[in-house]
Amino acid sequence: MLEVTGLHVAYGGIQAVRSITFHVNEGETVALIGANGAGKTTTLKAIARLVDAAGGDVHFRGEKIVHAAPHDIVRKGIALVPEGRGVFPRLTVAENLRIGAFIRNDAVDIEKDLETIYGYFPRLREREDQLAGTLSGGEQQMLAIGRALMSRPKMLLLDEPSMGLAPIMVHKIFEVIRAVAAAGMTVLLIEQNARLALESSQRAYVMESGEITLNGASTALLHDPKVRAAYLGE
Amino acid sequence: MDIFLQQIINGLVQGSIYALVALGYTMVYGIMGLINFAHGEVVMIGTLVSITVVGLLIGAGMPAGLAGLCGLVVAVLVCMGLGWSLERVAYRPLRGAPRLTPLITAIGMSIVLQNLAMILWGRNYLTFPPLLPKVSFELAGTHFTLVQVAIVAISAATMGGLLLLIYRTKLGMAMRATAQNPAVASLMGINANRVIAAAFVIGSALGALAGVMVGSYYEIAHYQMGFMLGLKAFTAAVLGGIGNLAGAMLGGVLLGIIEALGAGYIGDLTGGFLGSHYQDIFAFVVLIGVLMFKPSGLFGEKAGDRA
Repeated sequence: MLEVTGLHVAYGGIQAVRSITFHVNEGETVALIGANGAGKTTTLKAIARLVDAAGGDVHFRGEKIVHAAPHDIVRKGIALVPEGRGVFPRLTVAENLRIGAFIRNDAVDIEKDLETIYGYFPRLREREDQLAGTLSGGEQQMLAIGRALMSRPKMLLLDEPSMGLAPIMVHKIFEVIRAVAAAGMTVLLIEQNARLALESSQRAYVMESGEITLNGASTALLHDPKVRAAYLGE
Repeated sequence: MDIFLQQIINGLVQGSIYALVALGYTMVYGIMGLINFAHGEVVMIGTLVSITVVGLLIGAGMPAGLAGLCGLVVAVLVCMGLGWSLERVAYRPLRGAPRLTPLITAIGMSIVLQNLAMILWGRNYLTFPPLLPKVSFELAGTHFTLVQVAIVAISAATMGGLLLLIYRTKLGMAMRATAQNPAVASLMGINANRVIAAAFVIGSALGALAGVMVGSYYEIAHYQMGFMLGLKAFTAAVLGGIGNLAGAMLGGVLLGIIEALGAGYIGDLTGGFLGSHYQDIFAFVVLIGVLMFKPSGLFGEKAGDRA
């Protein structure tokens, strides 16, 4: 479904991502793990066109999207939940969710999807009319995921959904991510919490200093001695 | 006491006009962090275009009120086109440039528009034909005219409409989202260029309306009139907290009232040393005061709040 080939991204002469190649099949959850600064976020940003690729190619459902306009990416079916959540702080919770459906005009189905999101995250319904900036970090993460789902994407890109959250929140959020994936969503997940990422995915890629150094089935990587030593703290 | 009430009314009228112009500054600033110093000139073009249209139509025998309405419509359309072109030609190529660059460009565009207006309409003062009958009312010892009532009523209705647009429509939601976080807004499928263009077009339409009001209030216009009006409206936007819509509205009305009261009492306060023609100093005393003591303005958001 998503094919990244030889992708290069540079920031002012620094190679953040060096010729990486990977793919995500339809219906699959794939994790991209690695240390801080390995280039994971940059990779997602390049796919979502928030940064320009210096070289290489990105295809989504057979279509080349590496030069698409940033605001067209969601129309093609990719929704990114950005690092740090990026909720609109002075929009209400309900407005944040509705703006997730900005590209849609099917008012009736939008209301239905809103109910589905509130079903996933009842906390959001309780805070419907509150400004998003007043929510806790975990609630903002719920909101960011809900907002992404409101576009009815074919693929979800998640950038560090567990970052800075209490364990109980992380648990809740990953429950929903797994439920969404089980319902058929294609997911590309970036996580510093490698164990969580590997336990929630079918396949994974390991990134180090802008390159992919390892890949395979998540269960295999969970037992790989190198991964265990470098990322699972064993 | 009579002077006090009278000056409050005068200030409310002038302040409504400031508020409409201030909204143009604040909308553009809120979305792209640019102070469009050419906005005062857009207002001036609105006034001059309406003078020409109204003059022609009245000359052709149309009743003044209807001619004024046509003049208003044409001025609004011309200014919308002008605002759109300004953004497209002058500011869009500078997106991502250091902040000083578009600011200097804005001052440049202001000079260009002034000179263009001078070429088209000449250097002389133009008289604005009266659009409404010269009826005046008396209430609690104060006097006011039909034009004054119309200015306040139309301004209030327009600002109410703007708030509905910004807070109740999809375009408004997209504008607020882009102001708060342009990158994430683009992830939602919002085209930042369209939102920015919309801010310019809407701001310019409000400016044109203000321009027609100024013209019919003072019944006089000039190619340099946009400069002082623009500066004062900018002051009003800063007073309310630049980037904040309600702030621009309140700031405009407050500034109008401060100015009117200042002009009404400056003679008494200085023992006749300074007269009411010094009223312009109040706007700038307010500007300096706000910048010194509360740079974020009355409703201003913390600087870090703009993503």
